[in-house]
Amino acid sequence: MLPAIDWLALFGHFLLLSLLAIGGAITVAPDMHRVMVDQMGLLTDAQFSASIAIAQASPGPNVLFVAVMGYQAAGLPGAAVTLFGIMLPSTTLALAAARWGHARRDWRAVQAFKAGMAPLVIGLLFATGWILSSETAGWRHGLLTLAAAVLIWRTRVHLLLLIAAGAVLGGAGWV
Amino acid sequence: MKDQLEPLAQPSSPKDLFVAFTALALQGFGGVLAVAQRVLCEQKRWLTKEQFLEILAIGQVLPGPNVCNVALMVGDRFFGWRGAFAALAGMMAVPLAIVLLVTAVYAQYALQPAVAGALKGMGAVAAGLIVGTALKLAAALRVNPMGLGVCIGFIGLALVGVALLRWPLVWVLLGLGSLAWAFAWRRLRAVPGARADGP
Repeated sequence: MLPAIDWLALFGHFLLLSLLAIGGAITVAPDMHRVMVDQMGLLTDAQFSASIAIAQASPGPNVLFVAVMGYQAAGLPGAAVTLFGIMLPSTTLALAAARWGHARRDWRAVQAFKAGMAPLVIGLLFATGWILSSETAGWRHGLLTLAAAVLIWRTRVHLLLLIAAGAVLGGAGWV
Repeated sequence: MKDQLEPLAQPSSPKDLFVAFTALALQGFGGVLAVAQRVLCEQKRWLTKEQFLEILAIGQVLPGPNVCNVALMVGDRFFGWRGAFAALAGMMAVPLAIVLLVTAVYAQYALQPAVAGALKGMGAVAAGLIVGTALKLAAALRVNPMGLGVCIGFIGLALVGVALLRWPLVWVLLGLGSLAWAFAWRRLRAVPGARADGP
């Protein structure tokens, strides 16, 4: 079991990372690695990478990889500490900012912000798709990504069906 | 355009939000964003594409997981902090239990090549879902005051900066974001004046 001071250090560190995680918790994963693997020795390298892979393959928001890390490091209390740490500051801020913006939705600055950000958000989504699919080499992998993109864009095919097709094709060794 | 003109629905209670967000989170393998867009805009009709894009923009700029920020803001919009809590709890509670269970059994199967292959295939599809969602949301840009051409330019800049040049996201948001903000600000001022002064 971890000493109390380590619990506190871990919680404090995740509180801080929460406010730095612009673009999602995955953007501060390198710093989680620095603290949990290199400094505190709570996780091995393999456990760290597996945490991200498990969360991505499971249903739900990807931020849950943080809970998997805490769980592998120190069981359920560990999961609670890391997940609450990463969520508490950012959710409080999001709620406050949304209310501030909604109350001033007639301001030109607020409207300009929304209009200006819209294409950037779409560009970031394209970039995320690009980065995710270019991390794995191979044209068949890229083709599967492209096919899924067109199907979701143009048809109403069920998303779970697409994911299942990906799992079957991957499991059979095609991608 | 048809989408935006149809009447919008509302969740009936925070419990309704909790159930809807649990259901959509459970369909989100490799990310919830694609499912969230489909359920909130197309199935439930609680939000238009423009509203979803606005909320997502705020969720992207602020720190923290984007889809959790979206859940909070959607819940808050309908039922205040009770709605925000219900939506976020729906998004997190059941998936958290599942992911911890998966972690507990994962070690036994991690080395199977079929399992590793299946994860890879799901990853490829998950990337495609995000791209497809971006293509769908792009339809909302037709009513953007900056004009479609400028919007496409900003999409290209953000894509190249983040995906190819690997600029830190903070600088992309601050740099391109303030540029786009200033441009949209000017456009919004120009529109009412244009009637009096001519085009």
